[in-house]
Amino acid sequence: MAEKPYGLIATFDTPGALMHAAEQVRDAGYSKWDCITPFPVHGLDRAMGVRRSRVPRISLAGGITGFCTGMSMIWFMDKFDYPITVGGKPFFSPLFAFPVSYELTILFTAFATIGGMFFLNGLPMHYHPVLNYENIRRGTDDLFFIVIERADARYDLATTQALLAKVGGREIQEIES
Amino acid sequence: MSHSAEHTAEAPEILKEVHPAVKPRSAMVGHNRSFNWITEKICGIAEEKTPVWWWWCFAVACIVASFTVAGITYLVATGVGVWGHRNPVNWAWDIVNFVFWIGIGHAGTLISAILCLLRQKWRTSINRSAEAMTIFAVVCAGIFPVFHIGRVWYAWFLFPLPNSNYIWQNYRSPLEWDVFAVSTYGTVSVLFWYVGMIPDLATMRDRFNAVGKTVRARLYGFFAMGWRGSSRHWSNYEMAYLILAGISTPLVLSVHTIVSFDFAVSLLPGWHTTIFPPYFVAGAIFSGFGMVLTLILPLRAIYHLEDLITQYHIDCMCKVILATGTMVGYAYAMEFFIAWYGANPYEGFAFINRAFGPYWWAYFIMITCNVITPQFFWFKSIRENTTLVFVLSLFVNVGMWFERFVIIATSLARDFLPSSWGYYSPSIVEIFTFFGTFGVFSVLFLLFVRFLPIMAIAELKAVTPQADPHAGGDHH
Repeated sequence: MAEKPYGLIATFDTPGALMHAAEQVRDAGYSKWDCITPFPVHGLDRAMGVRRSRVPRISLAGGITGFCTGMSMIWFMDKFDYPITVGGKPFFSPLFAFPVSYELTILFTAFATIGGMFFLNGLPMHYHPVLNYENIRRGTDDLFFIVIERADARYDLATTQALLAKVGGREIQEIES
Repeated sequence: MSHSAEHTAEAPEILKEVHPAVKPRSAMVGHNRSFNWITEKICGIAEEKTPVWWWWCFAVACIVASFTVAGITYLVATGVGVWGHRNPVNWAWDIVNFVFWIGIGHAGTLISAILCLLRQKWRTSINRSAEAMTIFAVVCAGIFPVFHIGRVWYAWFLFPLPNSNYIWQNYRSPLEWDVFAVSTYGTVSVLFWYVGMIPDLATMRDRFNAVGKTVRARLYGFFAMGWRGSSRHWSNYEMAYLILAGISTPLVLSVHTIVSFDFAVSLLPGWHTTIFPPYFVAGAIFSGFGMVLTLILPLRAIYHLEDLITQYHIDCMCKVILATGTMVGYAYAMEFFIAWYGANPYEGFAFINRAFGPYWWAYFIMITCNVITPQFFWFKSIRENTTLVFVLSLFVNVGMWFERFVIIATSLARDFLPSSWGYYSPSIVEIFTFFGTFGVFSVLFLLFVRFLPIMAIAELKAVTPQADPHAGGDHH
């Protein structure tokens, strides 16, 4: 075991057991902890006390930027920078500028959503202490884990270990940082 | 209040008599397979030694694809005149093929986005391969507009990039809208596909690490972005996925609407109709599901995926084909009705000419494949016969190609002035170029099957009964 471990990890076999345990870890007042699951477990956010995701705000900002980009780009190009008469139609109208602005709204929203998701998740992060745990690969296969960080104010090796044992975790181990 | 109390008191008595049928929900994964079984099954396809059939298919696909390469090379070296376009039909197979391939792509987005919003859980076993199909179909579609401009090295003039002539694109033209619609569609489809794949790439990374294949583990790990299955990550991930589904829904509807504007905004009889946007979208979904079945059924047989693509999944897809095929049939009938009801002689002639003019054979193939074929899916015995479903799905693909041909070629060949009428026949170069795109598509799809998880592993696990945290009543 390393001198400064990252935290404690406990294994659970079913999503039900994990959810039950997560509620108790949340109620014990921990804040720097996480669950590792192979798929999104329905309702686990609430059991962990995780706030609603902030991705939608970033998406909205992206969408508004996209729409304004489309409208102002077409106005600039066809009305301001180099107006050319085509079929007697106006140089600029929001009606014919709409399809392109609409597509750009969607394009920018998509980039903002994915970029926002990566930013809020702190990804890409190819090295993480949790990945040092030798059985962690089962976390993308069929097992469930709870990780409590040493950095948490309430972290204490003995009591945290006891809590994880009480909530039904097995193979409770320290992981290297 | 007293009435409702009376009603509830009575209800059990009635229930004792009528015995309402208990219809269990169809299982999404057959034989109640475990999480680990799903991982092994899907990852195993990409991890096993390359099977012999794959090499044969790949070789044939490469040979077919070479027809497109040859056709395009000849076109670039000679000029766009090598295609069969001449007055009055200056726009034929290139735009037919473009709309055909783009339409096929639409089922992938429908499955991944619209069915996600509608919480249709059966999408999970087919969405990954359907999204791959979308992307490869957009690649094939893109070949035609890019090369039909003749001087392909000027294709960048389509995009708003400053050039030495200081002029800009004409945003009053639906063709320019199409540039934005299709390039946005291609980009967002790739992003959606990639984001959905991140957790599965992490699964594959961990499996390659476990058996000591570091090079492949690093390659998959690079694209997995260091995903570790953290619940806090899943929370943002699921929200992002939902938003992507939410914006892809209007996207997919708008793309084929704008494709139909290419015709509907013109003044040509047979093109200038308001029914085009919904009719094109229904047709696109119809043809796309046809292609999904054409691709999925052989995969299911080769890799024994019957527990993941169950009869229920095939039933659902057949029913979507039935519904959209019937909508397309309604649109054909309504076009005729409006042409008569509108009392415009040119419009009326355009439709009579479509059905009974020199292209009657194309119209006949279209009606047979698109209106009659899907009606077979009313019958359960036909939906349960996989070979027959596969054959019918091929008819759908053929029929939808002919639909675009009928709309485009017949309207152009005979417009207002009989003195300018003509008859269009494709040149051998056009035929080869189009034939080759099936090879291009197959090459890409075979590579996908060989190297990437062909089903959404994490999503499949999430729809199994054991994924429900309240299963077994041990909680709350």
